[in-house]
Amino acid sequence: MSKNFKEKFAFTILALITMCVIIPALFIFSYIIYNGIGTISLEFIFSAPRRGMTEGGIFPAIVGTMSLILGTIVFALPLGVGTAIYLVEYAKKNLLTKLISLAILNLAGVPSVVYGLFGLGLFVLLLGFGSSILSGALTLSCLILPIIIKSSEAAIKSVPNIYREASLALGATKWQTIYKVVLPTAMPGIITGAILGIGRAAGETAAILLTVAAFFLPRLPNSIMDQVMVLSYHLYIISSQVPGMPDAIKNGTALVLLGVVGIFFFVATVVRIRYKLANRE
Amino acid sequence: MLKITVSDLNLHYEDFHALKNISLNIEDKKVTALIGPSGCGKSTFLRTINRMNDLIDDVKIEGLVMLEDQDIYNKDVDVAALRRRVGMVFQKPNPFPKSIYENVAYGPRRYGIKAKNQLDEIVERSLKKAAIWEEVKDRLNKSALSLSGGQQQRLCIARALAMEPEVLLMDEPTASLDPIATGRIEELISQLKKDYAIIIVTHSMQQAARISDKTAFFLLGEIVETGKTKEVFTTPKDKRTEDYITGRFG
Amino acid sequence: MGDTEKAIYSKTTISHRKDLTRSSRFGEFLIEKTIFSIGITAILILGLIFYYLVSTGLNVFATVSISEFFTTTGWFPVSSNAKYGTVPLVVGSLMVTMGAILISVPIGIGSAIYISEVAPAKARTVLKVIIEFLSAVPSVVLGFLGIVVLSNWVRITLSIPTGFTAFTGAILVSLMALPTIISISDDAIAAVPKDYRDASLALGATKWETIRYVLVPAASSGITAAVMLGVGRAIGETMAVLMVTGNAAQIPDTMFTSVRTMTATIAAEMGDTVRNDTHYFALFAIGSMLLFMTTVINTIADYVVTRGKKEGR
Repeated sequence: MSKNFKEKFAFTILALITMCVIIPALFIFSYIIYNGIGTISLEFIFSAPRRGMTEGGIFPAIVGTMSLILGTIVFALPLGVGTAIYLVEYAKKNLLTKLISLAILNLAGVPSVVYGLFGLGLFVLLLGFGSSILSGALTLSCLILPIIIKSSEAAIKSVPNIYREASLALGATKWQTIYKVVLPTAMPGIITGAILGIGRAAGETAAILLTVAAFFLPRLPNSIMDQVMVLSYHLYIISSQVPGMPDAIKNGTALVLLGVVGIFFFVATVVRIRYKLANRE
Repeated sequence: MLKITVSDLNLHYEDFHALKNISLNIEDKKVTALIGPSGCGKSTFLRTINRMNDLIDDVKIEGLVMLEDQDIYNKDVDVAALRRRVGMVFQKPNPFPKSIYENVAYGPRRYGIKAKNQLDEIVERSLKKAAIWEEVKDRLNKSALSLSGGQQQRLCIARALAMEPEVLLMDEPTASLDPIATGRIEELISQLKKDYAIIIVTHSMQQAARISDKTAFFLLGEIVETGKTKEVFTTPKDKRTEDYITGRFG
Repeated sequence: MGDTEKAIYSKTTISHRKDLTRSSRFGEFLIEKTIFSIGITAILILGLIFYYLVSTGLNVFATVSISEFFTTTGWFPVSSNAKYGTVPLVVGSLMVTMGAILISVPIGIGSAIYISEVAPAKARTVLKVIIEFLSAVPSVVLGFLGIVVLSNWVRITLSIPTGFTAFTGAILVSLMALPTIISISDDAIAAVPKDYRDASLALGATKWETIRYVLVPAASSGITAAVMLGVGRAIGETMAVLMVTGNAAQIPDTMFTSVRTMTATIAAEMGDTVRNDTHYFALFAIGSMLLFMTTVINTIADYVVTRGKKEGR
């Protein structure tokens, strides 16, 4: 029976190892929720910071984050889905396609602070957009582009070929087939990827540090050329750059940021699970 | 001599009653063929004999399966030990992505045999028994995936034989092979039955007629008819067997 | 009445073109070209990133010698006698990365095995969702927790003067590398054909033996790639490291002193530089180094996976 004992022993060790990830993860969620929930109020969410940010709310930062991710998705979604369509439906098996795949893979691995440098150099300075929502959104779209491409590619690939053949056999052109048959079928997967990308953008700090984020700017933006406060950057400065910040504000900001990211994650997970279930029927 | 006795075996998969009151005797040193249309339960039945169905959740098994004098579903049975006595060859050749040598040595190694000379001996003997030794003896360290489909399947047979089983379960072992490779496997089966009890699931009635001594006809989870192959094929007792054998239903 | 019917009928009739030669489909042509140009934007962006970072970064060598930049150990960019030795920053990055990898590789591979092979189906779904959400936690949130919880814990448990150390950073970064390592290893193990599992079990191997001698070796290229991508993730991590490693640009003796990584240097100092001065160029040069490191790691990881796939089948 030593074989079976060995197996039990090994499985117990593996379970303990898994707990080394799960427990810190659960600790992170519960710590943030437990400590932050007391701060959350309508006033905290809907008012501007006062007295050097030691009082008041974080409304400008929430609006800043929202406008940033809106701008990001406007650029990244068409580019990402377009690239995925190209790769699955049009690209031939050649060197160029291989290079595109390699580029996407490497874009996914570029550190976010490098995106920040790139955005600073190209969008803020060279193109003269300044530190603005536009610069930040463009930088973030480069950053989440690989996420959107990958998930859209997987979604489009998973559309069965019989659908394409059926459409083409009825005399539809290639683009009509893609637009009317392939994309609608792939839509849940594409949406999931887009939402995950947005979630990533909402929590990103290093890339916007140099391209859009304002230290303290208690008013709302008027145009995409404005600088804004951003939740993630706000959490960074109040927790490590400004001495004497009240804990309540730090904890509340952390919870709002995690909440925003969590909502996107939750929606994406629900869409994905429902889509999987629907597909299984 | 009886090797395996199955009585009143029922298998439920979730709400699906997959095997119904199966009773069957498997004789040693004979080939027993299981025939029947797809989804009739013959592969499922085969997998109850080495308890491979244990791997699927929500499977409930009732009834008695005896390997000689032991109830294999007794809760004290060590499944690994059972599977060493009851070898299995699968529908699609499934060598591990390892060398030819390591594929055959895999079972014995798990059994605790470590000495190189013992393993060498087992590998050579098993490959010879599976009639593939001559083809691979100069490239034992090459990847098993470099072999042709037919060779891979004989390697899988050698891998099963290395454990010196008493029973060999074969689940449509020639389904993915061309006619020539199929012929070689059938020839091999006729050789092997001198030493083993062999149970083979097959879609091909000609194959069953060519190589088996006994045949059991499965339909919708039941055994409709069982007997000497010659008799089942020439004078079937049941109308449904006759219809199937003469190709009257799909 | 009859007339209207006729009219409706004629409207819905499909008229075939008898001539089957291709008419010019300008719309389709335009779409194809548009999709193509979108398709190559990824190359364009990566190319621009490389070009922009490297061409800007190279300017640093107009005032700083190559040997000073790569081999000296003093990083004092804002002192009146400015020094630009990047060795302490590189060492800082490597220390945090190594520490994170030492923690996250065994835990990551072990958890991936547990989740894909051992855990019951329902637990598997829950564990996967938790780990995916962990990967979604913004690094600034982890950095925040690093400041308020982890650094205190490190300082008190190890009774050292400061909790802002390379070790603290390594723990946080390992939490970020773990989801990457787990999910890619999990995919690799799940992709091992079921046939192998069946064959091994049918030979009388236990589940654990099957995992150890068949599944993990068969998934090894995927697992290797997972580890490499984890390394890439760890080197590039910025915010959490910036917030908890203490930011002392020194060559540390142990994991338990403050360090400053390449990423943290860029994030912390870029705001204070003047466009096109030496400091500005130096930070772009550090960015280029990071870019080269991660590109090499990712390309090798991709190569390992593709080669593994070819050998696998």
